[in-house]
Amino acid sequence: MTVDMKDYLKEPKKLSLDDRLYLVTRNLSKKSHIEVDQAKFKKDPLKSVLTICPAKVYEEHEENGECKVNFENRLECGTCQVAGREYVKWKNPDSGFGMSLKNG
Amino acid sequence: MSSEDKFDCIVVGAGPSGIAAAYTMAKAGLNVIVLERGSFPGAKNLFGGVLFTTILDQLVPSFWEEAPVERHVISRRFCYLTKESQVGVDLMSQKYAEAPFNNSFIVLRSKFDQWFAQKAEGAGVQMLTGVIVDDFVCKDGKIIGIKARGEQEGLYDELYADVVICAEGANSMLAEKAGMRKGKSLMSSHNRSTAVKEIIRLPEEVINDRFHLAGKEGTAIEYFGDAAGGMLGSGFIYTNKDSISVGVGCEIGDLIENKTRLYDQLDYFKSHPAVRNLVRGGETVEYSTHMIPEDSYGAMPQLYTDGLMLVGDCGGFINSSIFHEVTNLAMASGMYAAETVIDAKRRGDYSAQTLSLYKTKLEESFVFQDMRYFKKFFHFIQNNRAFLTQYPTLAVEMMIDLFTVTQASKKQIRNKLIIKFMKQVNIFKLMLDMAKAAWVAV
Repeated sequence: MTVDMKDYLKEPKKLSLDDRLYLVTRNLSKKSHIEVDQAKFKKDPLKSVLTICPAKVYEEHEENGECKVNFENRLECGTCQVAGREYVKWKNPDSGFGMSLKNG
Repeated sequence: MSSEDKFDCIVVGAGPSGIAAAYTMAKAGLNVIVLERGSFPGAKNLFGGVLFTTILDQLVPSFWEEAPVERHVISRRFCYLTKESQVGVDLMSQKYAEAPFNNSFIVLRSKFDQWFAQKAEGAGVQMLTGVIVDDFVCKDGKIIGIKARGEQEGLYDELYADVVICAEGANSMLAEKAGMRKGKSLMSSHNRSTAVKEIIRLPEEVINDRFHLAGKEGTAIEYFGDAAGGMLGSGFIYTNKDSISVGVGCEIGDLIENKTRLYDQLDYFKSHPAVRNLVRGGETVEYSTHMIPEDSYGAMPQLYTDGLMLVGDCGGFINSSIFHEVTNLAMASGMYAAETVIDAKRRGDYSAQTLSLYKTKLEESFVFQDMRYFKKFFHFIQNNRAFLTQYPTLAVEMMIDLFTVTQASKKQIRNKLIIKFMKQVNIFKLMLDMAKAAWVAV
């Protein structure tokens, strides 16, 4: 056997979400294709997009309570437009932009 | 409209269903174009890991000799996790190690979909990547083409066809735009799950050793219960050649209600005592996420209308049971839609009435027969949460207690277990629940 098994007995490294997002190949557009209706967002008691998004695209602004959109994080799964149907307007990124998977 | 811009069929989306459709039509001599928004077919495609292939084997006989498959599945494990324990069923057969390998292969979609798309191109399909389809072109209430996003904002390029096959996946915005998803079948937090997955690199030898495999043999493991934090969902591990796919998926409604972040749940799953030794020492090289349809047979979208058919995840073809086989349903729906277009072309009629042949083909095949059979399963679990957590957790605890070695006699242990069982379970509710479960099973 060519591998040293000892190398693979270590606990895996703890990864932050940012570490993980950094692994995804992206071509970033200058323009966001996600729009949030802030008035409706503020009225939503659950504010579910904040926890549901697996890429932390949505964050609540500490001072004004508005929803910040970190569109550069997006992984294009579409979960936010299902969970936040009332206030998230979602479009696919333009041609040539967004994320690409090496493995999938 | 010039004749060059008009096709027999436009397929939107280069995944298993879209490519299967395009390939089938091209082999019959039809003029077909596939429009894919990614920079290559597969760039934005994702699933857990197992491709089920009875239809693929029909389209490309002995495909495994040329397709980029990671491993074939010789064993499947189904495990139930509590906080500290696991009880599972382990299925392994030498039968699965021989062609056609139980029609179950672990693949990485970015690689596999590229290969499948090339097969279709070889048969004459035009494959256009980087095309964002935002809407349909309609005339007299019929769909006659698509609108692709142009270079300038607000401007669209139009392409025309006798039929459009929409294969854009689980996030089916076009299906909603065309009015195919309405009411119960609109995408919602109760008919969509979301999963996250990490590709964790490990040497081939370590994987073989750790999962009891040799050569191209692979394993597929599914974890319920605590893997999904008691929510409606599961965790999984699939062995690729020199990496493993590790992930967790849950119903969106449950995630919202529990305020659980999926990546936290994945970290929890990876650190579970039954899982942590399987992922040990690996290096995460990719993180990805995907929405999964959980449409039930009774609440599916409209699948065809004048000039349009929905296939794959977009059409909600899903077997909501432990069998999954979703990629096979996807390819089957693509193939049946394609055969329907071939028939429509022969008749020169692309009305909804002619395209209803698609539904007939689905009804006559395993696709709708299985979906109908399992239609109650998902709702039953959604509405009878005791089966998701309480009953299996109690069963696992009792098994662990039963096998805990002490100096108490086996009779004493048995009596203690009976008391524990009676304390935790309302026997009348249990009997009622069992009767309900039996009703669903038949």
